[in-house]
Amino acid sequence: MSLQTPLGRVRGLGSAREGVAHWWAQRVSAVLLLPLSIWFLSWVLPVLGQPYSDARVFVAQPLNAFLLLTFMLALIYHALLGVQVVIEDYLHTRWLEVSLQVAIKLIAFLAALATAFALIRIVLGA
Amino acid sequence: MAVKRPLSPHLQVYRPQLTSTLSILHRITGLLLSLGGTLLVAWVLILAQGPDHHEHLQAWAGGGIVKWLVCAGFYVFVFSLVYHLLNGIRHLVWDAGYGLDIPNAYRSGWVVVVLSVVITALLALRAMIGGAA
Ligand code: HEM
Repeated sequence: MSLQTPLGRVRGLGSAREGVAHWWAQRVSAVLLLPLSIWFLSWVLPVLGQPYSDARVFVAQPLNAFLLLTFMLALIYHALLGVQVVIEDYLHTRWLEVSLQVAIKLIAFLAALATAFALIRIVLGA
Repeated sequence: MAVKRPLSPHLQVYRPQLTSTLSILHRITGLLLSLGGTLLVAWVLILAQGPDHHEHLQAWAGGGIVKWLVCAGFYVFVFSLVYHLLNGIRHLVWDAGYGLDIPNAYRSGWVVVVLSVVITALLALRAMIGGAA
């Protein structure tokens, strides 16, 4: 039996060794988003307001579709990690916190899936 | 368990400073970009859906208060991305262990502010000249 208090024991254990992975994933996705965001600002921004046919022709180009898909997937992943931390920081009502943490994961999953299917459809010209 | 340990700073007793303001702005722009991301997903979906849906969208966003709101939202998104990107670089440099002293934190902070405003203005100018918002 230990004479340590529970708090002393926890302190001795130090980091739970989880969370470093989250921290790294946030940085790695940021490094990926850096050039992709510059590409997005330079080339995709003007396309957002264009008529349908012009916008579709732009996105249907294989390179554009590939870069857009990579950008969107990196964005969704990075945003999921980021919003998760914001929820952890500010929401202290347990049921609300857990519900939102689950909800953002579902939204991110659906968003990634929908983006991939839509872009594939556009490239294949269906 | 009442433990005597340091607490997080009480924000309300602090005078707003450049560093703290830019820090919360990184968080706010990150949240706005997440929201904007879902709109981008919607745009890609509508593009895949076909011209009818796209025309509906453009007709809906094409006039009156909605047009004004869409335009404002667009520039909030653009500024958010420019700012978050530049300040994100600042974060990554810090993470590598550089520029963490107070004078450098202020210097890089002002660089980010000025560049964000200038780049956003240039992008707006390009949109006006190009006719696309
Ligand atoms: C493109 C869309 C982007 C979205 C939706 C997004 C979203 C977010 C969100 C929600 C956070 C969490 C904020 C917080 O915890 O306070 C965050 C943090 C971060 N973002 Fe982004 N971001 C984007 C692009 C970028 C880019 C281009 C960079 C480039 C360097 C970047 C670098 C970072 C860094 C370093 C952090 C961590 C900051 C911290 O630990 O306080 N992000 N992002």
